[in-house]
Amino acid sequence: MNPEVVHNILEKHQQSQDGLISILEDIQRSFGYLPSQALQQVAEESGRNLVDIYGVATFYKSFSLKPRGKHLISVCLGTACHVRGAPSIAEEFEKSLKIEAGETTEDQEFTLETVNCLGACALGPVVVVDGHYFPNVKRTAVAEIIAKTREGIDKIEVKTDQRVFPIEVSCPRCNHSLMDTMNLVDGHPCITVTASFNRKHGRLSMSCLYGSYNIASEHVIPPDIVLNLFCPHCHAELSGGANCAECGTPMVPMIVRSGGVVQVCPRRGCKGHLLDLSE
Amino acid sequence: MIKLTINGLNVSVEEGSTILEAAQFLGFPIPTLCHMEGLSPYGACRLCVVEIGEDAGAKLVTSCTYPVQEGMKVRTTSKRVNRARRMIIELLLASCPQSKVIQDIASKYNVRQQRFRQEHEDCILCGLCVRMCEEQMVAKAIGFRGRGETRSIGTPFDIKSDVCRLCGGCMYVCPACQLRCTYTEPDKAVCGGCANIAAPCLDKDKFGDMMCYMDPCVACEIEK
Repeated sequence: MNPEVVHNILEKHQQSQDGLISILEDIQRSFGYLPSQALQQVAEESGRNLVDIYGVATFYKSFSLKPRGKHLISVCLGTACHVRGAPSIAEEFEKSLKIEAGETTEDQEFTLETVNCLGACALGPVVVVDGHYFPNVKRTAVAEIIAKTREGIDKIEVKTDQRVFPIEVSCPRCNHSLMDTMNLVDGHPCITVTASFNRKHGRLSMSCLYGSYNIASEHVIPPDIVLNLFCPHCHAELSGGANCAECGTPMVPMIVRSGGVVQVCPRRGCKGHLLDLSE
Repeated sequence: MIKLTINGLNVSVEEGSTILEAAQFLGFPIPTLCHMEGLSPYGACRLCVVEIGEDAGAKLVTSCTYPVQEGMKVRTTSKRVNRARRMIIELLLASCPQSKVIQDIASKYNVRQQRFRQEHEDCILCGLCVRMCEEQMVAKAIGFRGRGETRSIGTPFDIKSDVCRLCGGCMYVCPACQLRCTYTEPDKAVCGGCANIAAPCLDKDKFGDMMCYMDPCVACEIEK
């Protein structure tokens, strides 16, 4: 644990007078869990009491005091999932991963937890892995889900999630289509724009599937870089969107052909986006 | 002064006082468990419920946390209140049958039986020790942890707290640990419910000049 990181988080929140929960959320995001030293440091530096901090940290299920694995598997045990056999799914996960619910595998790859309802009762029994929903899970599908997660869930998400749909976009300035039928990303025509960063300019192809974050770029884009995106036709900068809900960067707006606006965060690695479809 | 009716009697009490304070001042008995003078009202045990309002608008409220209001009609021993109170006593008895405090209240209200599964908890989460530690001892060494079924009281990370002075205040106020502290096995004489501190009397050689609230302290008797 790096005390500097905690210090920076506290510094950030001191200015905005944010509450304890936001501080703990940031710490959890940085370390994946709440290290005990970090809680102690929060108590010392912010003048709060360790008892109160510990109380909050143990009250909310989203906080973990134990290190968590790279992938979080949540098996829903809500009523609807329960009657459709979720307990046996949870059991199967426990058996395959050789851990109990709430524990982490030795190689720090998986954390298994059971949740009481995910609000997706129609999909039950539902399993969520790193934010990806697997509906109508059967016992036999458990091994497959684990294997897919090991492979990298983002890669396969496009095929497994039927709610992913392609969109067609155009430049908000010249209304020229940004779709590129010659180059395919995720097997669909991609959205092509000109991206520039650090005096480099190049073509950037983004997957047109809503829900997929796959891109192909001429240059390797380092993480956390904020790109400037331009229309390849009228060369106008695509800008003026709302601020990203995830990181606060101004987002890039594009017109959806069927009506509406999609905004994406231009910061590499940020998945912030907004889809606003009009009738 | 605020005018209200308690059990049909027109009374006036000072503004800002609670129903419990008013009733006790006027001599209407209301049983309490998690209430203690000098500690902030908490409303956890629900023993002090009274009925306010009339007819369809009547409702049960905890008198220890409810401030008096002008024209309020309070009934401290109505049928509904008694029924609720007896149920609460039964539930308390079920979770902590060994507690002398709860037994006394039960016998006072003629509760001879309870219909729930016996739990033998060592804590009823009344929060007396937490408030004692924070408000009177100004230590804040113990607090609530977790929630729901797994809610418990103790120090952060279950290790001895830096701010705990082993004053024993938490054990003094605990309504559940009286039997704990008069337990016949020395290692169990530590009050498990209230805190993770060692019983002061067991560590007496280390804390020679310490105050001990236990009277009589059977843990000390065992030591002998």
